[in-house]
Amino acid sequence: MTYQFDFSFIYEYRAMLAHGIAYTVYLTLVGGTVGTLIGTVGAICRTWDIKPFAGLYQCYVELFRNTPFLVQLFLIFFGLPSLGIRMSEGQAAILAIILNVGAYSTEIIRAGLQATPKGQIEAAQSLAFTRWQIFFYVMLRPALRKVWPALSSQIVISMLGSAVCSQISAEELTFVANFIQSRNFRAFETYFLTTAIYFAMAFLIRQSLNLIGRYAIVRRPLP
Amino acid sequence: MPLVRTNRLHKHFGKNHVLKGINLEVEEGEVVAIVGRSGSGKSTLLRALNGLETIDDGTIEVDGTALVAEQGDLRALRQKVGMVFQQFNLFPHLSAGQNVMLAPQIVKDTSKEEAEVIARSTLARVGLEHKFDAFPDQLSGGQQQRVAIARALAMSPKVLLCDEITSALDPELVNEVLMVVRQLASEGMTLIMVTHEMRFAREVGNKLVFMYEGRIHESGDPQTMFANPATPEFANFISSLD
Ligand SMILES: Nc1ncnc2c1ncn2[C@@H]1O[C@H](COP(=O)(O)OP(=O)(O)OP(=O)(O)O)[C@@H](O)[C@H]1O
Ligand SMILES: [Mg+2]
Repeated sequence: MTYQFDFSFIYEYRAMLAHGIAYTVYLTLVGGTVGTLIGTVGAICRTWDIKPFAGLYQCYVELFRNTPFLVQLFLIFFGLPSLGIRMSEGQAAILAIILNVGAYSTEIIRAGLQATPKGQIEAAQSLAFTRWQIFFYVMLRPALRKVWPALSSQIVISMLGSAVCSQISAEELTFVANFIQSRNFRAFETYFLTTAIYFAMAFLIRQSLNLIGRYAIVRRPLP
Repeated sequence: MPLVRTNRLHKHFGKNHVLKGINLEVEEGEVVAIVGRSGSGKSTLLRALNGLETIDDGTIEVDGTALVAEQGDLRALRQKVGMVFQQFNLFPHLSAGQNVMLAPQIVKDTSKEEAEVIARSTLARVGLEHKFDAFPDQLSGGQQQRVAIARALAMSPKVLLCDEITSALDPELVNEVLMVVRQLASEGMTLIMVTHEMRFAREVGNKLVFMYEGRIHESGDPQTMFANPATPEFANFISSLD
C-alpha cells in the first residue's frame, strides 16, 4: 500500500468544520426539542381524540412516517415556493427536521400515554382531578419515562438523518465535508473524520439524553 | 336526611342490565357492607356513586350534591366521595407522602406546607407516618393500600367507598388494612364497602346489603340477617361461603 494518509487539512478547515458541527448540533437540538413538543401535543390530541386535531395529526403522522426524509425536504424547499412560501436552506432544513421528529414522537409518546394503567386514571378521577391534571400529574411523567429510550433513539436518528440537508446546501457537517473533499480530493480522510465526528456526537447526545432522563424525569419532584 | 341516597338507579352495559333500580340510603356515620355473588353489580354500584360509571336512569345524591343520569357536577360529587380500589392504584412516580399531598394541592389549592401537614397526619392515621418518603414499589401491598386510604382521606371525603380492598393482598397482610378500616369506622367515618370478609362485615358493619342480579335483594342489620335470612337467595349465599 502506497497511499499516504494526510489529515493536515483538518487544521486548515477547522473553522468550517466547527461551523458544520455547530450547525448539525443546532438542527438536532432545536429539531429534537420543538419536534418533541409538537409530538406531545399530537399525542394528547390523539389520545383524547380531540377533534379536529386528532384527525389532522393522524394525516400528518402518516405522511411523514411513510415518505423519505429527502423527499420531505425537497418538497419543503423546492415545492413550497410554488405556493408562494419561500424559505432559506437553513429554514427549510430545520422545518423538515422538526416536522419529522414531531411525527415520530407523536406516536412514541402516544404509546407511552396509552400504557398508563386504567386504575391510576380512575384513582385520579375519584380524587376529582380534571382531565388536564390527570394528564399532567398522573400520565405524563411515567409515560415519558417509559418512552425516553425510544425518544432518545429517534433524536439520534434524526441527527444522523440531518446529513441529508446537505442536499439543499444547508451548511451542516456533511455539507462541509463534501465541500472540503471537493477541494482536497482526500475522500477517505475527509469522510473518515466525518464518520468519527458523527459517531462522537451520537454518543454524546445519547449520553446527555440519558442524564436528562435520569435526573429530570425519573426523579420525582412535586408541583 | 341520609348522607347518601340513590333513587331508582339503572345501569346497562350494552344489553346487560347491571343495576335494576337501586334505592340505597346511607346515614352519616353508618358502615355499610355490600355483599353478593360475582357479577351481581356491587362494583358497578360503587363506581356509579362517584361517577366512574355513568348512570342511565335515576339519581344519586351525596350531602346535597345531586347527580341525575349524567347531568351534574361530577367533580363536586367526587370531592365528597373518596374511593379505595382493590389494586391500590397509587401513582408510582410519587412517594407515599406526595401521593397523599397531590390532590389537596391541585384540587383544593392547598399550599404545599399545609398539604404536607395533612399528608403527615393522614399517613399517621393509617400508621405509616414513617413511610412518607418511600415510593410505592418500596412498600408491601398492605402498606400501599393503607397509603391509598390515606390519599382518599386527605380530601376529607364525606363518605369512603371501598371495593374489595383486601382481595389483592396476601392473607397475612389483610388484617393491617382491616384494622385501619375498623379504626375509621369507630371514628365515625361513613363507609360503604364491598367485601368478601363476612366476619368483618358482621362485626364492623351497621348495615348489610345483599345484592342479587342487579337489585338490592335484602338489607338490614347484619346480625339479624345472618341469623334469620329473609330470602332463600341470601340463605344460599351465606351457606355457600363456608
Ligand atoms: N366496563 C364494563 N363493560 C361491560 N360490562 C361490564 C363492565 N363492568 C362490569 N360489567 C358487567 O356488569 C356486571 C356486574 O359487574 P360488577 O363488576 O359490578 O360485579 P361485581 O358484583 O362487582 O362482581 P365481583 O364480585 O366479581 O367483583 C357483570 O356482568 C360484568 O360483566
Ligand atoms: Mg367487583
